[in-house]
Amino acid sequence: MMQFTCPHCGPRDQAEFIYERTVDAVVSLDAAPEEAMKSLFTRNNPRGVDEEIWRHTYGCRAWMVIARNRVTNEISATRAVGPEALP
Amino acid sequence: MINFSFDGKTYQAHKGDTLAAALLRNGIGLVGRSFKYHRPRGIMTAGVEEPNALVTIGDGGRSEPNTRATDVFVYEGLVAKSQNRWPNLSFDIGSVFGLAAPALSAGFYYKTFFGSAKRWMFYEYFIRKAAGLGNAPTKTDPDLFSQRAAFCDVLVVGAGPAGLSAALEAAEAGKRVILVEQDNILGASLIRDGQDRDGAWVESTQARIRAAGGRILTRTTASGYWEHDLVTLTQRIAEPGQTPSHGVAQRLWHVRAGQVILATGSIERPMAFAHNDRPGVMLSQAVRTYVRRFGVVPGKRVVIATNNDDAYKTAYALKAAGAEVVAVLDARPAPAGADSGLPVYNNAVPLSTNGARHCLKSVTARVNGLTQSWDADLIAVSGGFTPVVHLHMQAGGTLDWNDAAQAFVPAASRQNVTTIGGAANPEPVFNVVPVSKPKKSFIDFQNDVTLSDVDLAWAEGYRSVEHLKRYTTLGMATDQGKLSNMAALGRLAEKQGVAIPEAGLTTFRPPYTPVTMGLLAGAGAKDAGAHVRRLALYDVHAAKNPIWQPLGYWFRPRAYPVGSETLAQAAMREAKAVRSNVGMTDVSTLAKFEVSGPDAAAFLEIICATTVGKLAVGRGRYTFMLREDGFVFDDGTVWRLDENRYLLTSSTGGADRMATHISYVRQYLCPHLRVSAINVQEHYAGIAVAGPQAKATLSALIGEEPPRHMSTVPAMIAGVPVIILAASYSGERAFEIYVEASHVGPVWAECEAEVSKQGGALYGLEAMEFLRIEKGHLVVGGEVDGRMTPHDLALDKMLNKAGGYVGASGLSRPALSEAGRRQLVGLEAIEGNIPEGAMLITGEGASPHGHVSAAAFRILDGGSIALGQLTDGFARHGEELIATSPTRGQMARVRVVAPHFYDTAGERYRD
Repeated sequence: MMQFTCPHCGPRDQAEFIYERTVDAVVSLDAAPEEAMKSLFTRNNPRGVDEEIWRHTYGCRAWMVIARNRVTNEISATRAVGPEALP
Repeated sequence: MINFSFDGKTYQAHKGDTLAAALLRNGIGLVGRSFKYHRPRGIMTAGVEEPNALVTIGDGGRSEPNTRATDVFVYEGLVAKSQNRWPNLSFDIGSVFGLAAPALSAGFYYKTFFGSAKRWMFYEYFIRKAAGLGNAPTKTDPDLFSQRAAFCDVLVVGAGPAGLSAALEAAEAGKRVILVEQDNILGASLIRDGQDRDGAWVESTQARIRAAGGRILTRTTASGYWEHDLVTLTQRIAEPGQTPSHGVAQRLWHVRAGQVILATGSIERPMAFAHNDRPGVMLSQAVRTYVRRFGVVPGKRVVIATNNDDAYKTAYALKAAGAEVVAVLDARPAPAGADSGLPVYNNAVPLSTNGARHCLKSVTARVNGLTQSWDADLIAVSGGFTPVVHLHMQAGGTLDWNDAAQAFVPAASRQNVTTIGGAANPEPVFNVVPVSKPKKSFIDFQNDVTLSDVDLAWAEGYRSVEHLKRYTTLGMATDQGKLSNMAALGRLAEKQGVAIPEAGLTTFRPPYTPVTMGLLAGAGAKDAGAHVRRLALYDVHAAKNPIWQPLGYWFRPRAYPVGSETLAQAAMREAKAVRSNVGMTDVSTLAKFEVSGPDAAAFLEIICATTVGKLAVGRGRYTFMLREDGFVFDDGTVWRLDENRYLLTSSTGGADRMATHISYVRQYLCPHLRVSAINVQEHYAGIAVAGPQAKATLSALIGEEPPRHMSTVPAMIAGVPVIILAASYSGERAFEIYVEASHVGPVWAECEAEVSKQGGALYGLEAMEFLRIEKGHLVVGGEVDGRMTPHDLALDKMLNKAGGYVGASGLSRPALSEAGRRQLVGLEAIEGNIPEGAMLITGEGASPHGHVSAAAFRILDGGSIALGQLTDGFARHGEELIATSPTRGQMARVRVVAPHFYDTAGERYRD
């Protein structure tokens, strides 16, 4: 069980979060079909750091991107996403 | 004195005794029978690593099988039973398996499975009877198991001298400290070695840790080390089988630690020699523990076998307690042990033991190449020390080989954990290569694996330690190889002609010691296993004694039987009421989202695959949503309540999934839109009123003309503001009334009064299913099964031609609209009743062309009808097929028709 630092709530147990997908698996709304299929079915799956989208479902319900090392589970960065996080 | 019983006989124990100490105190050496060969076994250790002395403790729901006698403290009335023996412990029929030992050698099961089935059938009966441990309790555990979360700066595991010192230092430096010890007292090796005989140092250290705010938990095992320094602790509040004084038997702690210090010590290794599993063969430190801590001397004439200095302390302890040490077999060459004042034999390793009536009689050893024997009733063995690195490994740490100690020690870790004390610096030993006959030289005592099993696996080509483990079952018993792994690695390395670290190592996995299932379930057992969502009108329905139907986390009325009606009779009566008069039902569980803001329409055209923007205020329409790969995943209705305010409904079963999807799209994909999408599923309760008399019923309720089909108006019922949506799932003129859930009571009551005035009825999910099948409406999870595209469901004409919705690019793949796909069809029976779930075939032996997704009967006219998916079904209307369900033994001849059986022109829901 990992511990994530929610940008809004601080350090919280992984049990409070749900996993959505990796950032490279995001299908943008204007993606061409080939591009969309690549995102859905042929993802990178790196042995090392990957960017993952998680949601603090049993907390503030906000979405965030967490950079996690898939070998060591080290969290190197967390950033908020959503309307409030827009520049 | 404390009374306890073992195999039905009552004995006395001293306060503080473990069950093992108490049994030894009463002269009981034979405690159990081994797993495979039913060999007599006694007590080998004084700790959690015990492989032999496994007993069942307690009665009824509290009984705990396979409990280590060394890990239970005796309490008044403790009941212990030996295991895996019949008819009794000292005379056990199953021990003939020992005579047939070669038949059960390594890989026995694999070989038997590869042989003829007959052979397995022959063996199976005997094996199932003979091989095993204790029996799982059949009664419900009456006790409570609690769970608790905690945080600390420093978690110290193990309260020996190293752990106590570390905990004291951290606590006095102002850190929040938790110190855990699996024993019921602190001190560990200090007690065994008598260095702190009056307990003064342990006592004062404990007091200082507590005074500095530290928390000390005894009878608590750190059983798992997880990610980001989360350690799970299992705390025994009551002993196994004991009635807990406050109801709670055990507690599971989730501790998130800033830093973890492992002072877990080491486990002494046995030596491999023939009949080294006999009662009377004990580990040296265990013997010392029984003598020093419990005042029990387990033998009068003792042989010591060692490859290190530590075992000499055992010899002195035994001598001081009055036992005779007849020989110290030291594997090391002279002058090791020369000035000990003991009868030391150098270059001496044990070969075998002899015994009678389950007692040890003599020990044979090879001394300087010659064989020599001693009469003895106990042999205390020390084959070196294996650091307890389990938690370090569970945390993802690596190991280094310490050649002097012939042991793996903790090296780097990717978590914030350090290992101190004996676990980090084991005592130096002399490497002993076993010279005994391998056949009866046990290395895994609990799973009955001998040196010859390792040799056999090697001879049959098993090279990897992971393969060896699975083939021989070595290290796979409940002790997880705490005593056996190093012996097996040593033998494997010897065979490979390499050093032990090159032979490899198996993985250490949680839990360190067995954890009872109830503890993991905690309070989430029985009815609390899954949460229940209650309808706001639950009590109103319950008063009518409906047949309930679970639907996700919800329970909804399936039918409201009257008198002796069956489900089918009640549902048909309810459905008829809807077709011929009026019915009402609770639709509160539908997913509902309120979408508002200047970009609300734009957002909905991303979520929904249909157009939304052209909807006039006060109007609604059917819609459906796609996954990103272009398949339909839900459907519902969308209503424009106001200029910039919409209500979106979708299926009950997909509600949570849809809520997540909408949030993801809004927050991640479209953060720039000026829109708010709020889940109002449980905010609104919903009541559907349907039937030819629905309009009259509604007029009476709201005192005005109800909205026309697919229109919405706000209204008041029973003085409560409601939203009326004129939508039909049943195929009749129908309305859905939405009201704040906390105010639904009076609205329902008034609707029910009006419906009954009209002579109508309540209807449940079963009638709703009949109605929608006849009308050809889809259900998510039925016709919409995740494999259907809008084309397959004949919804493609509704697609938003401008695109831009989720799934548009996935749907554009040519294969999703090519010929040969399964398509939605109706089926009507020519002969027989159509079984739900049946395959659709053209004739006997033909491969299926599709299946029946839902079956029902025409409500007013009778006749079996169904909806199904059929390859190229749109073009096959009129074709005759067979719907067959071999699992139900049912079959019908069917004709393919359009998926609408009722009011195909759609006139009934228009005024």
